[in-house]
Amino acid sequence: MSLTREQIAQRVAQEFRDGYYVNLGIGIPTLAANYIPAGIDVMLQSENGILGMGPFPLDKDVDADLINAGKQTVTLAEGASIFSSADSFAMIRGGHVDLTVLGAFEVDCQGNIASYMIPGKLIKGMGGAMDLVAGADNIIVTMTHASKYGDSKLLSACTLPLTGKGCIKRVLTDLALLDIEDGKFILRERAPGVSVEEIAKLTAGELVIPEHVPEMSV
Amino acid sequence: MAGFNKLVTTYAEALAGLEDDMTLIAGGFGLCGIPENLIKEIKRKGTKGLTVISNNCGTDEYGLGILLKDRQIKKMIASYVGENALFEAQLMNGELEVDLTPQGTLAEKMRAGGAGIPAFYTATGYGTLVGEGKEVREFNGRHYILEEALQGDFSIAKAWKADPHGNLVFRKTARNFNPMAITAGKIAVVEVEELVGEGELDPDQIHLPGIYVNRLIVGEFEKNIEQRTVRSAP
Repeated sequence: MSLTREQIAQRVAQEFRDGYYVNLGIGIPTLAANYIPAGIDVMLQSENGILGMGPFPLDKDVDADLINAGKQTVTLAEGASIFSSADSFAMIRGGHVDLTVLGAFEVDCQGNIASYMIPGKLIKGMGGAMDLVAGADNIIVTMTHASKYGDSKLLSACTLPLTGKGCIKRVLTDLALLDIEDGKFILRERAPGVSVEEIAKLTAGELVIPEHVPEMSV
Repeated sequence: MAGFNKLVTTYAEALAGLEDDMTLIAGGFGLCGIPENLIKEIKRKGTKGLTVISNNCGTDEYGLGILLKDRQIKKMIASYVGENALFEAQLMNGELEVDLTPQGTLAEKMRAGGAGIPAFYTATGYGTLVGEGKEVREFNGRHYILEEALQGDFSIAKAWKADPHGNLVFRKTARNFNPMAITAGKIAVVEVEELVGEGELDPDQIHLPGIYVNRLIVGEFEKNIEQRTVRSAP
């Protein structure tokens, strides 16, 4: 079975380490905040100017002046700080954020990512994604492995305008966890019940399949 | 004090001198911390042909989005325009020129514009459409592109509290782009929720010194929320 959105988020959260500063993108990455493993403290960065983002507020505590990068109302965690957009991206660009998780339309085995624009169809803008992928060393891209028409999103070369070049080393899909090394996808883990063959069939870029590919624990 | 008193009493006075075809930098992130009333005044004035530099362009109904309806904006420099159907429509049919700029680069372009730095190198956007036509240099084995600073004829911004000198304190994430937007405007106009007396702000706790502020006005704010998200009580 392919992973649900919640299971993808759960697997992402297993990458959290105690003391990490983490930036979670809009969508599935944001859900990972609900699965922080016990005994681990992470500080969530929101690029509109929060370090130490808390959960959604109770109705009575909603504050129009306190939102996250997805424009949702949020709260502050203990130890939080607030700063300007310039300071926020200084910490991102300066490599101070330990882990960045974001979504994408396509990733290729050269580590390129496309996530902000479908020419002629969808122009939303890159927001902070280009800065995040350029500034972070430790990035996990979460996405579905293939489109609803069965077209692979893990390509030998991205077809859409790039968000970043050569910056992605790890991809988590609804079928598999893969690393990108030397121009190849390396299959590290597969979703419970999903076969290596199924993953291979839906991976258009060059795929290396190690002898043992464990199932994820989610 | 007299020479340092930035306070004006009407929105017409606050934006006196803003003319067609000028460049305007606006603070705010989504609808959070936007200079609501200054935007409404620009709509009322009917200033046209504006180049607007701001992270977003509001929604169809509020914020900078209201200036799109009357075609007051000629060009938009922004990082994210996804909330705005009118924006997308005007962009697609070629009525509106748009320069999509990564959010961190946009913040730094404003900061540089206010700090007298004409350009800077950043890895953001290298190898993408954003980097096309821009100078590339390699530092320590990494590629960077040259990005130029931005300045505005006017900047409009919103803060929480001010004293008459224009010393400013922002509140929570309503700070966002506001400090940099203010520094990058030749004439910086700031609207605030509350004016306090001279000497009432702790100098150690001022977020932006009044030297950057030219005009100050006290306003009433609607503070619309784009995505009201709540959790239920346990």
